[in-house]
Amino acid sequence: MVEKTFKITSADGVHARPATVLVQNAGKYESDINLHYKEKSVNLKSIMGIMSLGIPAGAEVKISAEGDDEQEAIDHLAQTMQNEGLGE
Amino acid sequence: MTHLQGIAASSGIAIAKAYRLEAPDLSYTKNSIEEPDREIKRLHDALEISKSELEKIKEHTRNSLGDEHAEIFSAHLLVLSDPELIQPMEDKIKSENVNAEAALDETANMFIDMFKNMDNEYMKERAADIQDVTKRVLAHLLEAEFPDPALINEQVVIVAEDLTPSDTAQLNKEFVQGFTTDIGGRTSHSAIMARSLEIPAVVGTKDITKKADKDVMIIVDGLDGDVIIDPSDEQIASYKEKQAQFEEKKKEWAKLKDEATVTEDGHHVELAANIGTPEDVDGVLDNGGEGIGLYRTEFLYMGKNQLPTEEEQFDAYSSVLKQMGDKPVVVRTLDIGGDKELDYLDLPDEMNPFLGYRAIRLCLERDDIFRTQLRALLRAGVYGNLKIMFPMIATLDEFRQAKAILMEEKDNLKSEGVDVAENFEVGMMVEIPATAVIARQFAKEVDFFSIGTNDLIQYTMAADRMNERVSYLYQPYNPAILNLVSNVIDAAHAEGKWAGMCGEMAGDEIAIPILLSLGLDEFSMSATSILPARTQLLGLSQEEMKGYKDELLSMGTADEVVAFVKEKAGLA
Repeated sequence: MVEKTFKITSADGVHARPATVLVQNAGKYESDINLHYKEKSVNLKSIMGIMSLGIPAGAEVKISAEGDDEQEAIDHLAQTMQNEGLGE
Repeated sequence: MTHLQGIAASSGIAIAKAYRLEAPDLSYTKNSIEEPDREIKRLHDALEISKSELEKIKEHTRNSLGDEHAEIFSAHLLVLSDPELIQPMEDKIKSENVNAEAALDETANMFIDMFKNMDNEYMKERAADIQDVTKRVLAHLLEAEFPDPALINEQVVIVAEDLTPSDTAQLNKEFVQGFTTDIGGRTSHSAIMARSLEIPAVVGTKDITKKADKDVMIIVDGLDGDVIIDPSDEQIASYKEKQAQFEEKKKEWAKLKDEATVTEDGHHVELAANIGTPEDVDGVLDNGGEGIGLYRTEFLYMGKNQLPTEEEQFDAYSSVLKQMGDKPVVVRTLDIGGDKELDYLDLPDEMNPFLGYRAIRLCLERDDIFRTQLRALLRAGVYGNLKIMFPMIATLDEFRQAKAILMEEKDNLKSEGVDVAENFEVGMMVEIPATAVIARQFAKEVDFFSIGTNDLIQYTMAADRMNERVSYLYQPYNPAILNLVSNVIDAAHAEGKWAGMCGEMAGDEIAIPILLSLGLDEFSMSATSILPARTQLLGLSQEEMKGYKDELLSMGTADEVVAFVKEKAGLA
């Protein structure tokens, strides 16, 4: 399993558009991918899961991936976080 | 054959079969089933069809309205692929032995309730998204037709109770020949959109949805407001003839496209267009518009989950200004509230929304929203001939406050080193009678007036323009209205300012001679009305019309005015 921690820098937190792109990209991988925020963790392939967390600006979140393509997945998602101006 | 009389909302004639745009019956019975695998397959098939439809709608929306509006369908598509939503449905089918319909509906409702109860406006709207997409899937499970304007691929006339702005935005002009609705009037949203898309339309037929079955032939006569269901061959032939004549007339008008608008006695007036989006500018230029007299900025704020950013607004405004070159573009700042709501602002319901918290009243209180728009406008103003106009001004104090905020943002931008428009006019809408009455006082401080007749008439006559029972009071030619309009024009001229009109009245063939007699400088109308108006103005003498001014203003009723104008202006 691989993990990576991010700080949300987008002023609006994790809002609709970037969340959509994150979920789309997570869906491209076989690995189980989860997003952890505070005590909760949700399936990053689920748009409704992500939305239900209501992650605000400045939050610390962790993405974990487990499976054959876990490294590619986490690298791609880290890139997505940056491209979408979500966090670093 | 059945004939219905409605209101001619957008000119032209359409002859095609009916396409009923209506919500299907989605009632189902909850059954217990024997073969869960078969139900799961049914569920997945329905999901797949729904996804492919949404892909098409998304593509269509992207082409017609741009990426921003298409984005919502990306989210819808993800909902349909969401493992956290689909897995519980499958589980339910297997563990409870229920049919796919029940599993879908009950699971979706569980999520919808959960989202609705969240203390977050944004999440509440996601509930609506889930509802939207599950309806589509449910329709496929029930083999019910789920009509969608974006999916139409043959020539049709759309029949509906009413059309929402998003329905109209999805209409493909190649296939949709015209539309007709039960409700609405000439100034309702669907009518305005029909004119900007140049699709023939008749609205307010009261019961077209009861009379017209799917696929029946329909004639929509947007010139005279007639709708004919199941016409005879003779009728079709005669309407084809009428259609051809109208096309001929349009060609005649088109010859005036690049001509100035000059009356018979050599007096120039400006014919401008009303628009809602940057995509409308093509239609304005094709129809020979000399400017934009009203750019309604509400569309940027509608059909979304959140306020548009300064950048999004800058892109839209600068696109319009660039396309128009040095021609004037009057942008009206946000006019929301009243009948135009924004769910994400979560405004409380009001008893009298038209008399309530809307437009500049809202903007002065929520100045964060207002300032973002003004900044975008000031930046975009560098690219063209910008004029800024505030809606729903009631008092001089409101105008002063709005203008002060505008100037403050201009200074802010300049101190941030941003390029901003330097010389631009700042004016106001005249739609509240209070301002028309003391227009002299306002004229000292504004650069221009634009008279919004739709609201001015409803406020002067105290008659809700959405209420059909008092629609007889919607009287543009009532001498009370004409006296107010005249007062505004005279006040502007006394201070060396100009006066325009951006309501439907400005493009009306009976109103045009009256407005010419009152001295109106700028007429702003639907783009398709410009060439007919120019044709009419070429044949009118301003000097002669001005001679009738006092007589018109002293008349007692609208009927007298109409009869008089028809005679003097040579209208049949």
